[in-house]
Amino acid sequence: MTGTSTQIKTTAAQLPQVHETRNPGMDLDMDWVASVQANTSAIERRAATLPGRRSVKKEYQAAWLLKAITLIDLTTLSGDDTPGRVQRLCAKAANPVRRDILDALGVGPIHTGAVCVYHEMVETAVAALRGSGIPVAAVSAGFPAGLSPYRLRVAEIGESVKAGASEIDIVISRRHVLTGNWRALYDEMREFRSACGDAHVKAILATGELQTLRNVARASYVCMMAGADFIKTSTGKESVNATLPVSLTMIRAIRDYHQRTGHRVGYKPAGGISKAKDALVYLALMKDELGDRWLQPDLFRFGASSLLGDIERQLEHHVTGRYSASYRHPRA
Amino acid sequence: MNVSEIFETMEYGPAPESAAEAMAWLEGHGRKLGLFVDGAFTRPGKGFDSRNPATGDLLAQVTQATSKDVDAAVAAARKAQGKWAKRSGHERAKYLYALARLVQKHSRLFAVLETLDNGKPIRESRDIDIPLVARHFYYHAGMAQLMDAELPGVEPLGVCGQIIPWNFPLLMLSWKIAPAIAMGNTVVLKPAEYTSLTALLFAQICQEAGLPKGVVNIVTGDGAVGEMIVGHEDIDKIAFTGSTSVGRRIREATAGSGKSLTLELGGKSPYIVFDDADIDSAVEGLVDAIWFNQGQVCCAGSRLLVQEGIAETFYARLRARMDKLRLGDPLDKCIDVGAMVDPVQLKTVRDLVDAGGHEGTVYHAATPLPAGGCYYPPTLITGLQPAAMLMQEEIFGPVLVGTTFRTPAEAVDLANNTRYGLAATLWSENINLALDIAPKLAAGVVWVNATNLFDAAAGFGGVRESGFGREGGWEGLRAYTRPRVATRPLKQIAAADPPDSAEVSGLDRTAKLYIGGKQARPDGGYSRAVHSPRGKLLGHASLANRKDVRNAVEAAQAARGWSKTTGHLRAQILYYIAENLSARAEEFADRLHDLTGVHATSARDEVDTAISRLFTYAAWADKLDGAVKGVPIRGIALAMNEPVGVIGQFAPDDAPLLGLISVIAPAIAMGNRTVTVASAPFPLAATDFYQVLETSDVPAGVVNILTGSHADLAPQLAGHMDVDAVWSFSSSNLSTVIEKESARNLKRSWVNNRRTRDWTGPAGEGREFLAHATETRTIWVPYGE
Repeated sequence: MTGTSTQIKTTAAQLPQVHETRNPGMDLDMDWVASVQANTSAIERRAATLPGRRSVKKEYQAAWLLKAITLIDLTTLSGDDTPGRVQRLCAKAANPVRRDILDALGVGPIHTGAVCVYHEMVETAVAALRGSGIPVAAVSAGFPAGLSPYRLRVAEIGESVKAGASEIDIVISRRHVLTGNWRALYDEMREFRSACGDAHVKAILATGELQTLRNVARASYVCMMAGADFIKTSTGKESVNATLPVSLTMIRAIRDYHQRTGHRVGYKPAGGISKAKDALVYLALMKDELGDRWLQPDLFRFGASSLLGDIERQLEHHVTGRYSASYRHPRA
Repeated sequence: MNVSEIFETMEYGPAPESAAEAMAWLEGHGRKLGLFVDGAFTRPGKGFDSRNPATGDLLAQVTQATSKDVDAAVAAARKAQGKWAKRSGHERAKYLYALARLVQKHSRLFAVLETLDNGKPIRESRDIDIPLVARHFYYHAGMAQLMDAELPGVEPLGVCGQIIPWNFPLLMLSWKIAPAIAMGNTVVLKPAEYTSLTALLFAQICQEAGLPKGVVNIVTGDGAVGEMIVGHEDIDKIAFTGSTSVGRRIREATAGSGKSLTLELGGKSPYIVFDDADIDSAVEGLVDAIWFNQGQVCCAGSRLLVQEGIAETFYARLRARMDKLRLGDPLDKCIDVGAMVDPVQLKTVRDLVDAGGHEGTVYHAATPLPAGGCYYPPTLITGLQPAAMLMQEEIFGPVLVGTTFRTPAEAVDLANNTRYGLAATLWSENINLALDIAPKLAAGVVWVNATNLFDAAAGFGGVRESGFGREGGWEGLRAYTRPRVATRPLKQIAAADPPDSAEVSGLDRTAKLYIGGKQARPDGGYSRAVHSPRGKLLGHASLANRKDVRNAVEAAQAARGWSKTTGHLRAQILYYIAENLSARAEEFADRLHDLTGVHATSARDEVDTAISRLFTYAAWADKLDGAVKGVPIRGIALAMNEPVGVIGQFAPDDAPLLGLISVIAPAIAMGNRTVTVASAPFPLAATDFYQVLETSDVPAGVVNILTGSHADLAPQLAGHMDVDAVWSFSSSNLSTVIEKESARNLKRSWVNNRRTRDWTGPAGEGREFLAHATETRTIWVPYGE
């Protein structure tokens, strides 16, 4: 699928357009959508055995965890967010790991994949991150429920782009999936994408509300056909967020879409990934199902807020051989 | 590589599981292991090396048991058996429970030792084999507990000789030992020569559990030790899992010995993918089907059948998936495919692919092979025709062969185009299609949208040359119990001698054979005069020969529609037979009186009992319910009772009418077709009876009746490749020849070993007959949307 020729250095800028032609989308192909199958129990079995099949140890584990950090969309999406809180988060994004730990590991500075905030915080974040090379992602289109007036949702995207967000995480209208109105989903996604302009668009499917993996798979295809740069599981506000079975379903759709169209779409699991060990499993899943090309920030992100803290502790353990404590690592 | 390099390459790197504890255990035994007999380890004797197939390193020296050792083990088992069986079910349950707990307590030691010895990835031994072992002992602890209440009227068989293969060493041990000792048997078990170590560790936990001496005995060694067990006079039952060729030899060797036998043999199991399947999941399923345990799995989905329209995309995705498989050090926790068990097995697989691969397109996974060790790459061979050697022969390695089909009917036809019948897998999102196809596959186990699911509660075992008997579930207990019935030796029952001058009266009546719903003259043109004990000529009975057997089997095979009829319909026909027999009861009573000389009341009793028996099986026709097993998945495992197929039967010589009906009725009630050879001395009740069949709406070919010499017909019927089972209740000595001849296609056999059966009492009907008239097919259907 992808050879070492496409191997890219993570130290390069993270914006996807640097490396890949954006997915232009295609006409809605209902035959393709209708033929999509997702056998839940088989997908669950594969997901359940994956952690037992893959194990990454010692310096490999440390390297993988560092990689995971560079894939994190460090996120705050709370009603009590303030500019101060967002500035702290941005500072952490730029310096996610204690310098002495990085030195001990023999690696240079790294930063997270992006910072993800609500529209009102975009300008603050953009200012705080200026010069860092870290993009700002804004959740949009009536996040999280996607039920505000349609024209306002479209306008919201434009506002965030104008404010400096280079990535827009939109929520889809779940009702279109649940009622099988694929054309409406496609048209909406198309318009969101066009409202994004040069900013990259991540389509949040809110998989926990789509209920079935078949719905998840079909919604993934429709969003990719409509030109999504990334497909993303969740807002983090649903009762069920990213899971391995949902991830497997979505990345298999990405693989199929790539095989048929030649365009690589990115993947972002969000919500519920809080342990270093989980991050390793997700990386293995991407590596095995999609290939190494999808282990770079232009094609893979974690939507997470507490994952970083656990990874920091694991890295310190790797360096010292002693289990760490959370207070030893700077707060976001 | 340093961290920043790995950060760029994102390779997996080594993740070794430590072998230290397992090595320490071996060191603790001086790397020389004895046998486990009568609760103690013997001094290690002359033996052979046990090596790690991943490295070739010597693990330990294992003892080659001598015949003296086997005698000692059998004697210990014999001595222990009576007392063990007399303990309450609860007492036995406590020991089985302790074994289950101990397997869990030592789970990692077992897993590592298994991987060292066998070469399977530690993930499999740790996450699959050992948990299933514990599960098997838990489950059968429960069976021991329930035996007294739920299985009244059965008793253990006695001493069981058990011979197991090298592909799942400890798991197969548990499948053999747990049900056997739960039911009050004692065992002498021989692990495979390549993989003896975990069996000996298990022996140690038998000591830790305080299991009474002699209940479990482990003897190690090669095939010669297996032969000693198979041939041992004081062993009551042989249970074997392994190759079909060895299974066949065991069937021949035990023929006529009176030993019970169950065989779980090879397979070439189909893996069918319909065009509406979740293709990625079906591709992933193949990883569990054929690259699980390096493909060294009897029920491996090794024959891929893909619907034509999706074949190319399916193959492409499959090849891509194969390239992602990681092959290497089995003790590495990040490995999918380990080492094959032995250089000999590696060579077998290599030779087979070299010999037959050119008939198709061979694709080896693009995964690097470690230097040294018994490694073979995951392999796919597509474009093979059904006639290709590799489509027919079991490879027993990580080699998948594939072809395409056009329609569901063709998929079934290709799937069943094999001598084997162990397992089958099918993938479809269409519930109608899946549930229609599953019962049509010639296999003891069918997985729908999954593969290689196992559980102690679900029966496992094959049909055709994959063997007979089930392991797991209630049905698995039949392999280790028998009805508690007193029997006596059965004397030969001879026909009445012809008198010097026969009394002849009335018009000559012609008794023919009954084949395919028609009365047929015997092919050979020979008949035998049948006289009453008083010298009256009763008629002439045809002497059937091998051609008549052939014709009868063809007729029975042609009547396969009977197996698809409803139990309700079969019940009505059985009632109708009873009704028509009842209408002619006097005539049949007179005939029995004439034939055998029994008193008129006894003759009338026999007719009445025969009518009652028909009612019994009419009643059963729609009541032998299957089961839904309590397996630990979200889904169902159905146990469906399927007809065996065509059953050859030698009716009892005594009770010429009742005996005949006692064997025909259960068979046809369950949907089988029969070729039934009538009582040899008293054949005319049967030839009268076909007239009853003719008037009772029994479709042509469902019941075929032959008359003639049992001794002449037994090898013909038992040796016929298109007969699925043979029963014999003859007073002639047929047991040996039937069991020997049945080895040809490994058909099931049920013989009386020339012991009596009371046809008038409870032993003459019921569940024992129904069990022999059915195969339990387990159909796994995981579900969830």
